[in-house]
Amino acid sequence: MQRGSLILATLVVVLAVAMFAGVRFGLMLLIGLGFGLVLEGLRFGFAGPWRAMILHRNPSGILAQFLAIAIVACVALPLIEARGGELLGAQAPVGWAMVGGAFVFGVCMQVVLGCGSGTLVNAGSGNPVGLLALPFFALGSFAGSWHLIAWTELGALPIVRFTGWTGVAITLFALASVAYFFVRQAAPEHRRIPARYVFAAVLIAALALLNLVVAGQPWGVVYGLGLWVAKGASLVGVDLSGSAFWAASASAERVDSSLLTDYTSLTNIGLMTGAFLVASWRSASLTQKLPILPIKAWVATVVAGFLLGYSSRLAFGCNVGAFFSGISTGSLHGWAWFVAAFFGSIQGVKLRPILGLEARV
Amino acid sequence: MTRRTTARLGMVLLFMLVIADIIAAPPNPHKQPSIIALGSGAASSGGFCGALPE
Repeated sequence: MQRGSLILATLVVVLAVAMFAGVRFGLMLLIGLGFGLVLEGLRFGFAGPWRAMILHRNPSGILAQFLAIAIVACVALPLIEARGGELLGAQAPVGWAMVGGAFVFGVCMQVVLGCGSGTLVNAGSGNPVGLLALPFFALGSFAGSWHLIAWTELGALPIVRFTGWTGVAITLFALASVAYFFVRQAAPEHRRIPARYVFAAVLIAALALLNLVVAGQPWGVVYGLGLWVAKGASLVGVDLSGSAFWAASASAERVDSSLLTDYTSLTNIGLMTGAFLVASWRSASLTQKLPILPIKAWVATVVAGFLLGYSSRLAFGCNVGAFFSGISTGSLHGWAWFVAAFFGSIQGVKLRPILGLEARV
Repeated sequence: MTRRTTARLGMVLLFMLVIADIIAAPPNPHKQPSIIALGSGAASSGGFCGALPE
């Protein structure tokens, strides 16, 4: 399909959502499309840059992530403090299950080379590993939500949040300190952020802020995926009342409501569609032959996909909801997530070739 | 087989999910919130991965 036709068709869908669900929901779909266009168009992600740091001492992608987080924090933290009734940050407790979940997520995101947003982008751009992992990611998210409350009873600290301008100062200092550590570890040729990454970081930050201002909550991915399965399960007669999470009144109401009124579902749909649009426009992207992988690689993709969803619910978010949105809106759990997931990623990078997902080195 | 096949398959599945949901739970534009949350005076109430149910 021609580029103009694709843009027109997409805008018609956005307009239809705005008309038949609500203007705010149309805007959220548009923001999700923006995320997809930027992430796929500028090849900006989370799992890949972490892998580049672990394998090649190249922190440029992580530094760009920090730049985006810092920009969001400078605006979001004072805004949330001023308009706390309308805008909520990511706020979750640091606990045993949270840290363990983040570690497992880190392992699995390196196995399939796709995080929360990355799996959606990969699926949208025709990556068969991402496409296979996605439904199992959603199943895992549903199951993790089902068990979430039991897991949190393993023990957790009270929620710690850095707020207002003090929160901005603490967050920027922490980001600068970790960035300095990574730069010190970096190979000399990688001690700068390429212009493409700077551009992507600024755009992602702007979209994340729009997400906060329009939805009243930060950018997230995982909740929406679990909700898709919960809605399907409910439709085929599964009794959700056995789960403290899904039986809670707010959850039950969302299961009964339209997907087109759920913010994370809308940005997820937009993200995948945006990635598809970019892949369709790039002449080389969709003409690539599918990789021939051994059976164990496909089995690993299914298992890792499920664990990505399950672990990210225990960790109160993935790279987006916990790491990006958690840190940028002042939640300590975002930092705990980052440390645990990074250590998990180191193990995941080693596992990926063993599981047949790349040529053995 | 190329990525075109898997990309299109992904979009078809996504489209089917949305259509099935519209049939099962049609949206109601008369219940829509204000255009943006900031300045609306209403508390944020969307589902989020960092939140436990109340």
